[in-house]
Amino acid sequence: MEDNSTQILKEKKDAILELWISKQMAEDSYFNAEDQKEDSEDFANAFLSALNESNIDDKDAKGFEKVHDILMGISVSRAKRGFSPRETGVYMFTFKEALLEILSKDVSDPVKLYEDSLKISKIIDNMAILTFEGYIKGREDVISRQTDEITEISTPVIRVWDGVVALPIIGTLDSARTQVVMENLLQQIVETGSTIAILDISGVPAVDSLVAQHLIKTVSATRLLGAECIISGIRPEIAQIVVHLGIDLSNIITKSTLASALQTAFNMLQLEVHKKKGNFINN
Amino acid sequence: MERIPILKMGDFLLVTIQVDLYDQLAENLESDLVNAVKKHNSKGVLIDISSVSIIDSFMGRILGNIGVMSRIMGAQSVIVGMQPAVAMTLVELGLTLTGVATALNVEKGMELLRSKILLSEGQSYDHDNNTE
Amino acid sequence: MIMTTILNKQDFVIIREQDVVPFRNQVKDAAVKVGMGILNQTKLITAASELVRNLLKYGGGGTVEIETVSNGRENGVRLRFSDKGPGIKDVDLAMKDGYSTGKSLGLGLPGTKRLVNEFDIQSTVGEGTTVTIIKWKNG
Repeated sequence: MEDNSTQILKEKKDAILELWISKQMAEDSYFNAEDQKEDSEDFANAFLSALNESNIDDKDAKGFEKVHDILMGISVSRAKRGFSPRETGVYMFTFKEALLEILSKDVSDPVKLYEDSLKISKIIDNMAILTFEGYIKGREDVISRQTDEITEISTPVIRVWDGVVALPIIGTLDSARTQVVMENLLQQIVETGSTIAILDISGVPAVDSLVAQHLIKTVSATRLLGAECIISGIRPEIAQIVVHLGIDLSNIITKSTLASALQTAFNMLQLEVHKKKGNFINN
Repeated sequence: MERIPILKMGDFLLVTIQVDLYDQLAENLESDLVNAVKKHNSKGVLIDISSVSIIDSFMGRILGNIGVMSRIMGAQSVIVGMQPAVAMTLVELGLTLTGVATALNVEKGMELLRSKILLSEGQSYDHDNNTE
Repeated sequence: MIMTTILNKQDFVIIREQDVVPFRNQVKDAAVKVGMGILNQTKLITAASELVRNLLKYGGGGTVEIETVSNGRENGVRLRFSDKGPGIKDVDLAMKDGYSTGKSLGLGLPGTKRLVNEFDIQSTVGEGTTVTIIKWKNG
């Protein structure tokens, strides 16, 4: 009885591993024998134990989950150690070559060899794609972390007075940013017990109906909490755009400068600023 | 049958909502409140929702109803302590609860109630307690 | 709908209004398991609350499937509300802001759709309605 392909591969595990390592060395002049050998052995063992006649043609088979996990782990650690995506991809392709070469030595029927080679190819190619996805995910995590940091830095909430917070918004106000701004603002209002929030938009380059909508939402949310919003930093161009677009801001207090917004806030809080007798004191 | 407790604090009634309001409970609250306003001749109703983590359109309607009912009975009302996540969700839903007075917390809510009451009684609110 | 894998599935039968609160708690559990932040949790549970009330009010009760799913990049919660009620004659009209058949605020479906990432509604008059929503962890 002729051995089936998976049995052959399992038996020749050592030969496969050796061949694979030598191929890796050929591809990569910086090949670090010890490190790579261990990783490669882990993977090869896991793969060959999981492979059997029933899942040889099913790349999504449940048995391969653990193998995928090991591979993801290797891919992520390689990404962190500075391997290029190509190098990690080549890792899989050299493995495939090793498998197929060993298989071709022991399977005499060319049709069976071809069929089984195709099946194994599919499985390994799928794994190669996984390694790329792992690499990309790693990069996306970095980008997303950086984006969060930028967002946090660019919307500080400042306590300008007892009960008054100011929020200078710098940059474009899209819906994602609005969420962050709103969350931040509302949280600060609750924590500081402020009843007035001044939203300064002099740093917002373009105000269209969408941006206006985001501002209106922010004002509505602030009011639900029991605080009031003043929008300052309205440039003349914005006033024109707002009217031409038919945006209704009649419900919102708007001022052209932060200073006048602060004045309004004081009025609302029944506060007055008085000049003391004497001259400017410079410590 | 579960009922939400209503506390009398001088001229005011304080309602603290801490559980999810399902239909029967909400209806009971509405009638209990209206009856309490009449019984104590209350001038103000303060509803504390600082423990409420979900307000859907049903609950929003109840809060609006309470506001209108109180006003018809001659009492001012204010809702205090709305959580930021709830406020943002309501805004997204399109429920702005216009016509409902809000305040940050119980203390500020009471201040607001007092000034609203004075206003409704035709007096202006003066910090030194002088009425015009 | 994006291709999803089901990580966990749970069915809930809604017959009376007393079923609403336990159901909401289950949705919250699923959202927490997936790692959703407070704001997204609130949006999901509020949307679920709206839809489950519709189920009771117009559908005569029904079932809700709570599933935790994945699209390959992140996890999320999928809810499927099914009833065997009268169905909605004009779905497009129902999705327009301001539409109302009951005594609701007329903001039901369009508002709910804004709270979630994916929203699908299938309805046949005389047979019933199925509404499916997905909220991703960072959606």
